[in-house]
Amino acid sequence: MSAIPASILTDPVARPSRGKVGMASLIMMESCFFATFVVAYLFYIGKSATGPQPRDVLDLGPVIVNSIALFASSYTAIRSFRALAAGAIRAFEGWLLLTILLGGYFIVGTGLEWYGLITQHGLTITTNLFGTTFYSLVGFHAFHVIVGLVCLTGILVLSLRGHVKPRDAGRVELVGWYWHFVDAVWVVVFTVVYLVGRDGGTLTP
Amino acid sequence: MTSLPATPHRLGERRPWTAVVHEWATTVDHKRLGIMYVVTGMIFLVVAGLEGSAMRAQLTFAENKLISPEVFNQLFTMHGTTMVFLMGMPVLLGMANFLVPLQIGARDMAFPRLNAFGFWLFLLGSILLYFSYLGAPGLDGAAAAPDVGWFAYAPLTERPFSRGNSTDYWILGIMVGGFGSMTTAINLIATTLCMRCPGMTLMRMPLLTWMMLVVAILILTAIPVLTAAQVMLLFDRSLGAHFFDTQNGGDAVFWQHLFWFFGHPEVYILILPGFGFISEVIPVFSRKVIFGYPLMVAATVAIMFISLGVWAHHMFVVGLGPFLNSLFAATTFLVSIPTGIKVFNWLATLWGGHIRFTASMMFALGFLAMFVLGGLTGIMLAVVPFDWQLSDTYFVVGHFHYVLIGGLLNAIFAGLFFWFPKATGRLLSETLGKWSFWLLQIGFTLTFGPMHISGILGMPRRIAYYEPDRGWEIWNQISSFGVIFQILAVALFAWNVITSLRSGRRAGNDPWDAWTLEWATTSPPPEHNFDTIPVVGSRRPLWDSKHPEDPDSSYGA
Repeated sequence: MSAIPASILTDPVARPSRGKVGMASLIMMESCFFATFVVAYLFYIGKSATGPQPRDVLDLGPVIVNSIALFASSYTAIRSFRALAAGAIRAFEGWLLLTILLGGYFIVGTGLEWYGLITQHGLTITTNLFGTTFYSLVGFHAFHVIVGLVCLTGILVLSLRGHVKPRDAGRVELVGWYWHFVDAVWVVVFTVVYLVGRDGGTLTP
Repeated sequence: MTSLPATPHRLGERRPWTAVVHEWATTVDHKRLGIMYVVTGMIFLVVAGLEGSAMRAQLTFAENKLISPEVFNQLFTMHGTTMVFLMGMPVLLGMANFLVPLQIGARDMAFPRLNAFGFWLFLLGSILLYFSYLGAPGLDGAAAAPDVGWFAYAPLTERPFSRGNSTDYWILGIMVGGFGSMTTAINLIATTLCMRCPGMTLMRMPLLTWMMLVVAILILTAIPVLTAAQVMLLFDRSLGAHFFDTQNGGDAVFWQHLFWFFGHPEVYILILPGFGFISEVIPVFSRKVIFGYPLMVAATVAIMFISLGVWAHHMFVVGLGPFLNSLFAATTFLVSIPTGIKVFNWLATLWGGHIRFTASMMFALGFLAMFVLGGLTGIMLAVVPFDWQLSDTYFVVGHFHYVLIGGLLNAIFAGLFFWFPKATGRLLSETLGKWSFWLLQIGFTLTFGPMHISGILGMPRRIAYYEPDRGWEIWNQISSFGVIFQILAVALFAWNVITSLRSGRRAGNDPWDAWTLEWATTSPPPEHNFDTIPVVGSRRPLWDSKHPEDPDSSYGA
């Protein structure tokens, strides 16, 4: 290859970061996974043979507060990563802790919602198609939030031990991508379950 | 090509066997992982081939009593599942693992540890599936192995109809292996986009690398849908959910939609790497550049998109109604356009070339012939009324074996003969290879050709018995007779591999006078692949270095 003139060898395009491409691919894969459960939810709206129906048991109030907490955590995550890139480690840790608390609040809120549904309304995954699709879709989302929380907590612990430096900002931001993705999924899940599915829950013969 | 003095073979040095096992078990080297994938896949080819042979033995005579219907159900389920998930996927992902970093001038995959993780997940998944023979009979009388068919239609897979744990093993084995495939796909995308050597623009990448990139994207689109569907089925079976439980409002056809939304792209996940092998082998042995490189790339990407919209052609007999049936028939016809473009480009590459009939090239030509035949019966099946007549008959079995065995297996052999010297440093025997080739084509034509006729005569798939007065017996006997040739071909190939590893001719760096970067390094390549990261100026960097007076780069390719 030595015979090739040097002028045409230079490839002006810099290669993208493999971390970013890897995370983007993971998010694409996860999107397809969630899309399947969303389709299942939409497909089975109103097809439950027995009650309870979504309209009777889904309480919008606490869910909206939960959602606000989760959406706010995306903002605090962005602030946190910006602080890290700027070298403000303490601010990074503070915003990160707030992100984790907001995410944790969402999980606790979901847990309380489920507790109410199970104990007061007797809705479990075996009750009817609504229970089947509801717990699967919301549950898989909550599982992903928990995975995100584990990652964020891991970063916080590492940072408190002094292992996270501003040069790691790019890597930490990848976890942020995942966190924003989990948030974006909630936009879809909330719309499908609590807005579209709640009122469409009539029994069709 | 001249024989070199014997030096200790790199992979066969005298060391304690524990050290060798340890080295392979802990490796993160993409080449070793690739070899382990391919070897595992070829072992499963033999396993699934024997399962298929057992079925052919049972069907040789009408009212044969060799194999019970229960065991027959397990055989066709395990045969199909093994061939798709345990043979096709690992062999192709293994070849991708081995070749993609070499072809783009990288030292390894983007995430070497994730790569090893993917392989071990795949192995765990395949062991889980076969462990069902020991672990599945949860209840008395329950099946010992999955027996619900490779597409596992609901509601047969629901707890009341499939007792014991065999279906759960089917779900878990494939799900775990699927996670392995998805991690490998993420790795392939990141490797292809981020690890290319200087000068290796996207439109200079070898076509195999291009096709593996597209395959990786398809894997990330299609397999999560199967995983989600399997999770739903697992919830139905283990937690009492109702996704596919028809007695509680669940919809069995919904499973079919989800399965085939995965299942049809899966066909392209399997065949596109085959296209990639052919696109590397045919130019080298025709001594010509590939015809219409940009169109090949475009056709590959087009196949990726179209293949995501054709799934319901597997469901014409379900009763989707004339609108959906026509729609999916139309998209199915559409996918034959980019595929046809590819076939014509390969033919145009052959045209006027200085063709070398090596074993690899013969398998590639075998692929062309058989794949086109399989494609033509595919177009016949895309015609809805024709499909109504022949759905779930042996005509369909014949069709997809032409595509996947005549097509894909020929392509895999073409690839194995082509790159075996790169992986091991030794050439496979050409004579034995050509024997394998002819035995395989004869056996294959005898086995799968008559299936079209028995199918047209009305023989359904998945039956263990038939009456003698149906006129099917002779066609089944020809089919079974062909199996002998196929077994001989594969056995001869195994013998070829074993003897060539010991005493095959030394390959040297570049035994075929080829043009892509994997031939620039030693055979087998060192762990770091290239001593210096190569710099490329065209699609055929080795041509450029061999012919400095007339490099491709001066044509702007």
